Amino acid sequence: MKIITTIKNVFFAALLLGVTGSITPGCNGNSGKESGSDSTSTASSGTNDDKTLLGAGSTFVYPLFSKQFSEYNKLTGLKINYQSIGSGGGILQLTNKTVDFGDSDAPLTEEQAQKMGVPVLHIPMCSGAVVISYNLPEVKDTLKISPEVLAEIYLGKITKWNDAKIAAINAGVKLPATPIVIAHRSDGSGTTNIFTDYLCKVNDEWKTKVGKGTSVNWPQGIGGKGNEGVAGLIKQTPGGIGYIELAYAVQNKMAYAKVQNKSGNYITPNIASTSAASNVQLPADSKIFLGNTDAADGYPISGFTWALIYQEQNYNNRSQERAQNVVKLLWWTIHDGQQFCQGLNYAPLSPAAVTVAENILKSATFNAKPLM
Amino acid sequence: MMNVWKNVKIKRAFHQIRMEKFFKTSLVLIALSILILVISFLLTLVVQSMPSIKALGFGFLVGKTWDPVANVYGTYPFLLGTLLTSFLALLISIPFSFAIAIFLGEYFPRGWFSEFLKNSIELIAAVPSVIYGFWGLFVLVPLVRSLEIKLGVTPYGIGIFTSSVILAIMIIPYAASLGREMIRMVPSSLKEAAYSLGATRYEVIRAVILPYAKSGLMAGVLLSLGRALGETMAVTMVIGNTSLIPKSIFDPGNTMASVIANEFTEAASSLYLSSLIELGLVLFLVTVVINLIGKRIIKRFTTE
Repeated sequence: MKIITTIKNVFFAALLLGVTGSITPGCNGNSGKESGSDSTSTASSGTNDDKTLLGAGSTFVYPLFSKQFSEYNKLTGLKINYQSIGSGGGILQLTNKTVDFGDSDAPLTEEQAQKMGVPVLHIPMCSGAVVISYNLPEVKDTLKISPEVLAEIYLGKITKWNDAKIAAINAGVKLPATPIVIAHRSDGSGTTNIFTDYLCKVNDEWKTKVGKGTSVNWPQGIGGKGNEGVAGLIKQTPGGIGYIELAYAVQNKMAYAKVQNKSGNYITPNIASTSAASNVQLPADSKIFLGNTDAADGYPISGFTWALIYQEQNYNNRSQERAQNVVKLLWWTIHDGQQFCQGLNYAPLSPAAVTVAENILKSATFNAKPLM
Repeated sequence: MMNVWKNVKIKRAFHQIRMEKFFKTSLVLIALSILILVISFLLTLVVQSMPSIKALGFGFLVGKTWDPVANVYGTYPFLLGTLLTSFLALLISIPFSFAIAIFLGEYFPRGWFSEFLKNSIELIAAVPSVIYGFWGLFVLVPLVRSLEIKLGVTPYGIGIFTSSVILAIMIIPYAASLGREMIRMVPSSLKEAAYSLGATRYEVIRAVILPYAKSGLMAGVLLSLGRALGETMAVTMVIGNTSLIPKSIFDPGNTMASVIANEFTEAASSLYLSSLIELGLVLFLVTVVINLIGKRIIKRFTTE
């Protein structure tokens, strides 16, 4: 009985709270409405406040952006509020015109571009590498991996570490007979996109059977959430292999393999070899996956992250000043802002990429007149 | 003087009536708003999953492939994973939760030790699920892995079994607390009557207390099942997240809740997004159906 009365009391108290809550707006409903419209007007004036720019998108680039934007704020007083909600979310917010710029680890898909309706500029911000990490306590040398071996491991064709194909490219390394446990990302991710795009380029079977995307139907393996999830699976499972971002692997001192590039060289992933990967002939719109680069000294599994803005900046009654601020900010990030890449283990844009990015930014317009 | 007094009385009566009416209306309004909330949940889910329902139809439920690249979405592996982990968790947790309920309800209903035990069990329910995930990943997974090595199955460590154990621990307090209250509410006259007839303590528990508290115990079990079905974070961290259909309970798998949590942020195509929302709808319906079945069971137990 005691419990029931306690429950009753609690219920009654909750009710009273609810009632008083409902009375307040009931008694002065007008003021309630007013305060409601007040808050929306502050929200919209927040977006109209030309001293604050809004951005949303990729989580990959977030650490770099927060560093760059805080430096930019010191220089110019301009505030940039960037929400790292994922590339897909950033694209959606740009489509709904609730942010000034988005950021995505992959170019817009046809469907996404169609939803935008108007041309969207892709400006490369930096590039990142995806490394192949493994857990073989017995192996002291750095493992070498060829595209063929990597694809066959992920297709489930090579199942043991001492497979003849792995041994052939790792002469002198004593490989254990441990079974290979494959780890992949379970959350949708730009890292997965870069990795699967690379596998598509180097292996036809992968291309037809699996394909590329932020999430794919993995023929084998177990999934971990985020870089930390995959890294955890690799660290815990003897014989584990998985792909993670270079920055994460470096910071956590994980072992990662040299990967053979198109020119046949085995390349250690680092900032220099990742930057080198983008130092090739790039298309004018920069929409290219860098995987399997032609650069002889370039690491083959890497990709850009792009800031996305509308080419015509006069929409939603935006002021020209605001549009100018966006373009200036991006101009700064591809030039002076690049100095912060190295410290955070991002690869700065190659000279070729900077030139392309400059030209793209120059094509941004306000009322059909160039902004720069 | 009399008149004034009368007026005051009438005024007071009016005030009372108004207060009554006001109280009643606000009660109805609050109750209605909850109803509207649930219905709009359902409506939103249905409307948003329309594109996927149209494109995939019934195949969504029975399809075995979840391939965002080819835009083929079959939820069967996740449906299976959700039901497997939840019911396995329930199976593991029931002996513990019933034992705790009987112990705290009948053997040690009072005293500092009983309070201490009771509070620690309630604490289990208060720990955030991500902490269970961490604990599972760093403590339980290696343990399960060594067990798997002994059993001769592929030693992933993570998988359906590990998730079920984590879930079982997480849901114990729900069935245990409710069961304890129910057992304590068994009238002592009944128990004393049984004792006077020469029944032992075990016999009293078996023949008097458990039948009397049956509906409460079942309700607790149902509550914990509901919790297990929707649990996301801890499961995602230890289940292995693969869309392959698990062949044994030691294989990695996936649940509906964890697929939604994993893939929602980067779902780029509209059919993909809609399929994830439909997955939410299916989870919603599964929970509702299981709740209804459970209520039916409780009703049968109590009327018998």
